[in-house]
Amino acid sequence: MSSVTPFEPGTSSRASSLHSNLAELGETKALHTIALLVRNAPGVLVRVAMVFSRRGYNIESLVVSPGARRGFSRMTVTCSGDPSILEQMIKQLTKLIDVVHALDHTTSDRFETEIALIKIRCSGDSRREVLEIAEHFNAKVVDYAFESVILRVFGGSEKLDAMITLFPEGKIVELVRSGKIVMARALEVT
Amino acid sequence: MESMLPTGAQKLIQCLEREGVEYIFGYSGGAAMPIFDALVDSDIELILVRHEQGATHMADGYARATGKPGVVLVTSGPGATNTVTGLLTAHMDSVPIIVLTGQTISSMLGKDGFQEADTTGITYAVVKHSYLLNDAADIPRTTREAFHIATTGRPGPVLIDLPKDVTQGPCDAAFVDEVDLPGYTIPTHGDPDAIRRAAEMLSAARRPLLYVGHGAVISNAGKAVIRLAEKLRAPIVNTLLGKGAADETHPQHLGMLGMHGTAYANKAVDACDCIMAIGARWDDRITGKLDEFCLGASKIHVDIDPAEFGKMVVPDVAITGDARLVLDELIPQVEPETSDEWLEQCQAWRQRYPLKYAKQGGLRTQHVLDRLNALTQGNAVITTDVGQHQMWAAQFCLSTTNRHWVSSGGAGTMGFGFPASLGAQFGCPDKKVWAIVGDGGFQMTQAELATAAIHKLPTKCLIINNNFLGMVRQWQELFFENRLSGVDLVGNPDFVKLAQAYGVKALRIRRPADVDRVLAEAHDHDEGPCVVVAEVVKEDNVFPMIPSGAPISGMIIEKPKGPLAKPTGST
Repeated sequence: MSSVTPFEPGTSSRASSLHSNLAELGETKALHTIALLVRNAPGVLVRVAMVFSRRGYNIESLVVSPGARRGFSRMTVTCSGDPSILEQMIKQLTKLIDVVHALDHTTSDRFETEIALIKIRCSGDSRREVLEIAEHFNAKVVDYAFESVILRVFGGSEKLDAMITLFPEGKIVELVRSGKIVMARALEVT
Repeated sequence: MESMLPTGAQKLIQCLEREGVEYIFGYSGGAAMPIFDALVDSDIELILVRHEQGATHMADGYARATGKPGVVLVTSGPGATNTVTGLLTAHMDSVPIIVLTGQTISSMLGKDGFQEADTTGITYAVVKHSYLLNDAADIPRTTREAFHIATTGRPGPVLIDLPKDVTQGPCDAAFVDEVDLPGYTIPTHGDPDAIRRAAEMLSAARRPLLYVGHGAVISNAGKAVIRLAEKLRAPIVNTLLGKGAADETHPQHLGMLGMHGTAYANKAVDACDCIMAIGARWDDRITGKLDEFCLGASKIHVDIDPAEFGKMVVPDVAITGDARLVLDELIPQVEPETSDEWLEQCQAWRQRYPLKYAKQGGLRTQHVLDRLNALTQGNAVITTDVGQHQMWAAQFCLSTTNRHWVSSGGAGTMGFGFPASLGAQFGCPDKKVWAIVGDGGFQMTQAELATAAIHKLPTKCLIINNNFLGMVRQWQELFFENRLSGVDLVGNPDFVKLAQAYGVKALRIRRPADVDRVLAEAHDHDEGPCVVVAEVVKEDNVFPMIPSGAPISGMIIEKPKGPLAKPTGST
C-alpha cells in the first residue's frame, strides 16, 4: 500500500522509463497463487514443477521450506498461464503422491508477503533520492557502498512492484525477490 | 549380529514373496546382480526375456489379464531406459506394474559412472510414482508402498531404483504391513447426492446411453452395467479398453465407439440425450471434435480419478468413486420412463450400417478375425499390437469376459501384442491366449519368441502380414494423396521360417479357404507356442473412420470417391 501519487504514463521521459520497468515486471499477466503441503523428500519439487511445465504454465516464483509438521514442507507457487486450465492443474498437483493438498489462494482471504533485495547504483544526490524512497516504503539499507546501496523491503507483492517502478531505469543493478508466501487467515487451511 | 542380517536384495525378494509375486520378468546386468543372486534361492520364477521392453509388456499383459501387479527387474543405464516405453504404455492405460531397476552405487550417482542413468529423472513423467533408495532399511516400507500405490485407486506403474550398495549391504528393518501416505487417498463410494442427481438425470432421459471404459474392467463393473442398461433400456458402447467389461454379445451392446468404432455405436452416441461415462475419460479417439460432441445431451461422468472431470468434457454430474460401487448404489434409484423405441432405433442402425468387408479379391484381415472370433467365442484372452489389425480385432473379436481383451490404447505401442500375450499366458495358464499382431509391430519385439519357446507357452500368435505399416498407409492414401512415405515394409523375413528358427511351430494362411483349418490347428496345439502367418491383401482400409478432429457427423462409412481434407486433430 503506497501513498505515492500515481504517475501519468507518457507525460515525461522519466515516466516512460518507469513504464518499461513495469512492463518488465510482467504486471499485465494474470498471476495465480497456489499453496501446497508436500512431503519433504527428494524429487517432490521436480514432480510439482513438471505439472506446470507440461501445460506450458510459467512458474513466476516458487518458495518451499519445512512447515510446522515434521517431514512436510509448505510450497507457495506463483504462476501465470491460461486460467481455464488452472483448476485442472490443481487437481493434477493433488494427484501427486507426495502432495497432501494443493489450494488456489489467488483470491482467498489470506495474508501474503514477500522480501526483495534491490541493489541500486547511486551516489551523492541520487543516493539521497533513493534513501527517501526507501524510507517511505520502510525499506532498510543493508549495504552501503561508494556507488551503490542494497535495500531490503518486505510486504505485499504490489507494494514491492510499486517501489521498484520508482527507481530510474538503469539504476537497478540487481533485483532478487524471495517469492510470495501466503497463509490463510484465522483457522482456515493454507 | 550383522552376519545374520539379510542383504538388501534378499530382503527385497522376501518382500516380493510377501506381496504374492509369482513371476519376475527381467534381464540381468551388473548393477542388478545382487538381486539376481538373491532370486536363486527364491520360489519366485524369473522369466528371462530378450529385451527389457519385452519384460515390461509381459508384466503389463500379465497385469491386465489377471488384475495382479506385474513385476519387472532390469539393470541400470540402458536396461532401465529400455523400460521407458513400457512404463508409458502402462501409465497411459492405468495398468499396475512394478519396475525394479538396478543403479550404480550411491557414491557414484551423478558422476556419469558406467551404465549410470538418471532413471528416476528420466521416468518422472511416465510413472504413477517412483523411488530412489539410498538406505536398505527403507526396502520393506518402499516395497509395500509401491505395491499399494500401483494397485489401488487408479492403478499405474511404480518404479524403484536400487543402487548396488543398497542391495548388497545388510538390511536391518522389519517387514511392514501398513502404509502411511497422507498425500494419497483412494476413492471408493461416490457422493450420495451426486448419485441421486445422476439417477434423476437418467430417469428423465428418453435416449440414455452407457459409455464404458477401462475403469469398468478394473472395478469389474460389467454385470452392473448390464443391469443398468436393461433397467434403462439403454444401449451400451465401449472404448477400446472397455471391451469385455460388459458382454459385447448382449443384444443391447453396440460395440466400440469412436474413430474406428461401429457406425451404429457412433450414431447412437450422436443421437442420445444423456450419456454416462463409466470409467472412461472422453479420449480424443472417442469424442472427435469436442465442441460438436454430444451437443444437447446431458453428461454424467463416473471416475475414480477426479482430475479427469472437466479435462476434456465438462460433465453435468461428476461422481468420484469405484465404478462398480457407484453403479450398485445408483441402480436402485433409477426410475426410467423409456420405451422400446430408442433400442429399436439403435437396432435399425445396426441393420442399416453393419460392419462389412469384401469376401472376394484375396485374403482379408477382417475375415480371418471374424473366423477367429467364431472359434474362440470370447473364451480366449486376446492381445493385440497396434494398427489396422488392432482396429479390426476390436470390431470383429467380440469380448464376452472381463480381462479377456489386452490392447495398448492410450500409448498405442507397437511391439506390445506378442510379449503381452506371453505375460497373459503366464497369468492364465489354463486359458487359450491369442496375440493378434501386424508385421510391423511383431518385428519390434519378435526376439521374445525365444521366451515363448523355452517356457513352452501354448500361446498362439497370429501375424497379419500385409508387408505395410497399414494404418499410416491408410492415412496417406486418404489424406496425403496416396504419397506413401515410410510405410513400405520391404525386407520382411519369412515369419514362418523365423519362428521355426526359434523352434516354434509355424503355420501359414494364404487363401480364405485355409482360414478355419489353420486357426483350428493352432488353437488345438498346446505343446508350445504356435505362430500363424496370414498373408493378407497388401492394401485395405479400416472403416468406419472419423478423421481426428472431425465430429461424428464427419464419419466415413466407406472409402470416399474424392480427396479428403487433412484432419485437424492430432494423429
